[in-house]
Amino acid sequence: MENAAYIAERVRNIADGQRDLPGALLPILHAVQDALGFIPEAAIPIIAEVLNLSRAEVHGVVSFYHHFRRQLPGQHIVQICRAESCQAVGARALEAEARAQLGIDYHQTTADRCITLEPVYCLGNCACSPAVRVNDEIHGLMDAAKLSALLAALRSQVVEVR
Amino acid sequence: MSAITLYIPGDTTAASLGADRVAQRLASECRDRGLEVAIVRNGSRGAFWLEPLLEIDAGGKRIAYGPVQLEDIPQLLDDGMLAGSTRPPQCLGPVEDIPFLKQQQRLTFARQGLVDPLSVASYRAHGGLAGLGHALGMTPQAIVDEITESGLRGRGGAAFPTGIKWQTVLNTDAAQKYIVCNADEGDSGTYSDRMLMEGDPMSLLEGMIIAGLAVGATRGYIYLREEYPRAGRMLQQAMNALREAGYLGERIGGSGHRFELELRIGAGAYICGEETALLESLEGRRGMVRVKPPLPAIQGLFGQPTVVNNVISLATVPVILERGGAFYRDFGMGRSRGTLPFQLAGNIARGGLVELAFGATLRELLYDFGGGSRSGRPLRAVQVGGPLGAYLPEAQWDTPLDYEAFAAMGAMLGHGGIVAFDDSVDLREQARFAMEFCAEESCGKCTPCRIGSIRGVEVIDQLAADPEGNLALLEELCETMTDGSLCAMGGMTPYPVLSAVRHFPEDFTAERESDDSRESV
Ligand SMILES: Cc1cc2nc3c(=O)[nH]c(=O)nc-3n(C[C@H](O)[C@H](O)[C@H](O)COP(=O)(O)O)c2cc1C
Ligand code: SF4
Ligand code: FES
Repeated sequence: MENAAYIAERVRNIADGQRDLPGALLPILHAVQDALGFIPEAAIPIIAEVLNLSRAEVHGVVSFYHHFRRQLPGQHIVQICRAESCQAVGARALEAEARAQLGIDYHQTTADRCITLEPVYCLGNCACSPAVRVNDEIHGLMDAAKLSALLAALRSQVVEVR
Repeated sequence: MSAITLYIPGDTTAASLGADRVAQRLASECRDRGLEVAIVRNGSRGAFWLEPLLEIDAGGKRIAYGPVQLEDIPQLLDDGMLAGSTRPPQCLGPVEDIPFLKQQQRLTFARQGLVDPLSVASYRAHGGLAGLGHALGMTPQAIVDEITESGLRGRGGAAFPTGIKWQTVLNTDAAQKYIVCNADEGDSGTYSDRMLMEGDPMSLLEGMIIAGLAVGATRGYIYLREEYPRAGRMLQQAMNALREAGYLGERIGGSGHRFELELRIGAGAYICGEETALLESLEGRRGMVRVKPPLPAIQGLFGQPTVVNNVISLATVPVILERGGAFYRDFGMGRSRGTLPFQLAGNIARGGLVELAFGATLRELLYDFGGGSRSGRPLRAVQVGGPLGAYLPEAQWDTPLDYEAFAAMGAMLGHGGIVAFDDSVDLREQARFAMEFCAEESCGKCTPCRIGSIRGVEVIDQLAADPEGNLALLEELCETMTDGSLCAMGGMTPYPVLSAVRHFPEDFTAERESDDSRESV
């Protein structure tokens, strides 16, 4: 559960540990997101203080980069590649399929908190487009049937876990 | 009995087709059968339609099998795959005889697939560190001269001569200089950087060390896009191995030189591939493009002289130092010297990496290597050079692949990505996406880029209402973007848009009944 004191301590530890790196802000933001799944609002003043930056500066950086999330994502992050090579072999239909099956749009999370859907622009898998990324795994030569199976497998795992 | 060595690529695309599961199943199946095997996760050879592609070392010859599915494994073992048997239907014979590979000219990717990416001994056995060995015995100026002589031009897209860039950094006095590797590879249809970092990462690291010697830089950064988690793991492990072997840190290769290297991860912003935005990002800020001058070579990272080079540019440095600038220069045509690793993508039957000297044609790549469309329908348009590259109609597919020849027809080779589309493509949709992508990824500094691209999407959406008037408006808008943008993001988005309009006008005038199937996000 979200625990303000825990988050504050975790963020401070991370920021203190990397404050001396040249250009430390991105490495710190990555470490915070890797630890907590997102960049909580409460992290911003702490990071700003440790790096001697204004809150607005940290805020500006967090919002500039697509990768940094402001909300806790679902258990799995599913990214559909929207770029040209994947478009050439059906990515547009795949996007529609993912939205329809999950009943959510990009940047949203399913009600069971299992899946967050995101767009991505090229996964470097273009020799075998279309591509979909699930957490750190990339899947190639995707089609509607494979996507359905993939999403179903992710959702059935959740049921088992809970 | 000595173990048999099996090679199964650890490459992202091979894994996206099941290579990890194949490696696990083979290991367990061999264990169950009491067979002793050593599995090396090599890089992919780049013939991706054959992945997962296994190789067996049979008496010094690599025999290939592919594509191998999980359920094929017991039968393959029964049929003597481990002895290099040709009986299994998946047997492709000696890997270097596969025509797709045999017909290439691999210099930058010479070791790809052969080498164990994480072993310094294997790297050395395949010619690695020979270039660095030469460089350690040369003056900085002599190293720069070798690069200049090779004719190498930046492979990240802008094709700027690498020797001139290095000379500028060498000539600029400073207490601290930097080597920055641009591993942001954001262009759709490109994956050569990723393949190299996963399959032969030490080539890149060696290239960076040599660059450091050449210009007098003792620190390097690799800026890797977040979308490449495997490449990140491989680079980190390769760095550790080279450090342990004495090639990173103090006294590299036993010399008096030092070189420190650090891996930094991007955060999903296409514009951070632009070199000055990348430097801003490395310094911990938003990826806003800087006004040039000053050039990064004079005032780059933290205000210090900095070489910013693409992965392929840097990974080509070792072979140039090993075999000489003249050797490299002998490949290619005109002012495009050496080779370019082209990447076949999109609707293509045989997708993969094709390293060739400049001068071949798109048609050869699309048909002789690529085998035409994957769908079986006629190819209609090809986008070369990423999202800022032009859409080329068939009439232009015989143009030689050469920087100048492409520039002359309002196109660019860029990073060598080739995305094929069959006749189901709607070029209006593609033009609209080019504008949408620019709006999404613009750093926001210039109005023509930031606002113009949003207007571009609107104008394309309203084409049907007044085709003639709105096409004229679109042309005007593109002109404003070209003239009023600080970098190629806004400045070249008109390439895909206008090439689509010029070469495929029928897609912009005809009423299309599929209008409501178009998605807007
Ligand atoms: C919008 C934009 C995106 C770019 N993306 C990349 C990229 O992903 N990788 C890259 O190496 N160069 C990219 N470049 C080119 C770099 O600005 C720069 O020219 C290059 O890193 C220099 O290295 P090179 O001379 O070895 O090519 C991009 C340029 C622009 C304008
Ligand atoms: S052209 Fe676009 S991306 Fe480039 S500097 Fe201007 S606003 Fe930024
Ligand atoms: S365009 Fe989708 S993986 Fe490259």
